[in-house]
Amino acid sequence: MRTYIVILLCMMGAWLPTQASSAHAEDESFNVKDIIFDHIGDAYEWHVTTIGDTHVSIPLPVIVYSRETGWHTFLSSHFHHGTEAYEGFHIATEGDYKGKVVETLSTGEVARPMIDISLTKIAVGILINSLLLVGIILGVSRWYKRREASDEAPRGFVGVMEMLIMMVYDGIIKPSVGKDYERYAPYLLTAFFFIFLSNLMGLVPIFPGGANVTGNIAITLVLAVCTFLAVNLFGTREYWREVLWPDVPMWMKCPLPLMPVIEIFGLFTKPFALTVRLLANIMAGHSVILALVCIIFVTHSMGGLLGGSMTVISVLFSIFMNCLELLVAFIQAYVFTMLSAVFIGMARVEHHKG
Amino acid sequence: MSLFTPDSGLLFWMILSFGVVFVVLAKWGFPVITRMVDDRKRYIDQSLEAAREANVKLEGIKAESEALVAEARNEQRRILKEAADTRDRIVGEARQQAQAEGARLLAEARTQIQHEKEAALRDIRRQTAELAVEVAEKIMRKQLADERQQMHLVERLLDEVERN
Repeated sequence: MRTYIVILLCMMGAWLPTQASSAHAEDESFNVKDIIFDHIGDAYEWHVTTIGDTHVSIPLPVIVYSRETGWHTFLSSHFHHGTEAYEGFHIATEGDYKGKVVETLSTGEVARPMIDISLTKIAVGILINSLLLVGIILGVSRWYKRREASDEAPRGFVGVMEMLIMMVYDGIIKPSVGKDYERYAPYLLTAFFFIFLSNLMGLVPIFPGGANVTGNIAITLVLAVCTFLAVNLFGTREYWREVLWPDVPMWMKCPLPLMPVIEIFGLFTKPFALTVRLLANIMAGHSVILALVCIIFVTHSMGGLLGGSMTVISVLFSIFMNCLELLVAFIQAYVFTMLSAVFIGMARVEHHKG
Repeated sequence: MSLFTPDSGLLFWMILSFGVVFVVLAKWGFPVITRMVDDRKRYIDQSLEAAREANVKLEGIKAESEALVAEARNEQRRILKEAADTRDRIVGEARQQAQAEGARLLAEARTQIQHEKEAALRDIRRQTAELAVEVAEKIMRKQLADERQQMHLVERLLDEVERN
């Protein structure tokens, strides 16, 4: 039942921003690409819906540091949806910084502020997801703190969380990391639930959800770097020996360090693959769902009959895609965690003969 | 493409919030849960072990009681058998004794009868002898009533003596 609600909400959410666009579709051409990129990209305000010509959006704080005028903190509503400038700042509509806050310097030059740590839509998404995750996990752990081992097992939500946690713990972490797995379990579990929750929240179309958190490279990059650090900071001697002086014929490593170079390159390709895999999967999922919903508006501008029939097809496909995305939300979290665990396990090899 | 260039502001917020989430959950979140689940697993294992032991013990007790019952039954059977044996033996003995007694009595009676018989025979013989003597006396007296016959007898007797 909950799944249906999520799907329904996804449908609605996919509908809302595009409905806003459909109002414009009459006078300007319906730009599917812009809609999709607006959604999967970042923004300084959290657009909820558009009714008629009124944009309903939640203004978010802009925090910038200018070389000339220092710190500035104000709500993004001062930009009036990007149409006006405030305190010398405005949102660029074209160029390299399109969609970003830029400042007009005293020389008349337009440049990015030195530091821009505005709480953008995705940043707020991160914070909401983090708070939610901390709330859920601490809530669950509180249940355990109040009980003894001899009490009966949890039911309901805590039971589901326990099942998920133990699935990751026993199914991924224990077998993949091997010895000392307890040391890495908190990080891997945090990563799994952060990704899983963010993926799910990304599928929820209205306010607290809908931000494309795990489909943004900054987020996946940070996660992958964390894994990179966990792998390489605690690597054993044997691991580093295998990287720098692998068991290959001498000519492959002696005058020209061919294999060591490849191995060191491999150290960085692993987190890169983690970054791109998660990013691309989530971004692609969001894009496809949006594209399917956009079909409705594109075909409606072509004619009633075509539009009507395509609406049915589009809705059916969107439902299918949302189900698929629920699956992907879980699978990608699982894959990221499993690969991280496997990489950590590989870096913890002990010396072995043969 | 902006999609593939990480935004510094987002990096900042992500590092900050993920770091905080990680620290909080690593300290108060996941270890509590996993430790508890492990504890529960251990507790369940122990309970199972205890239950198994109790079962084994129960099985032992059952076997013991069964053995006890069987032993008691055997004992009962043995006692009954013994009693029957004893009874049979006593009866047999009594019978034997009775037979022996009977035989002894019979033998005694027989010897007594023999004695009696012998006594009777002796008696009869004596009486017969006395009768014979008496009869002979009477015959003699009748035959020796006259003198000639007495003389004749004396002479014959004398002849017999002479001949010897």
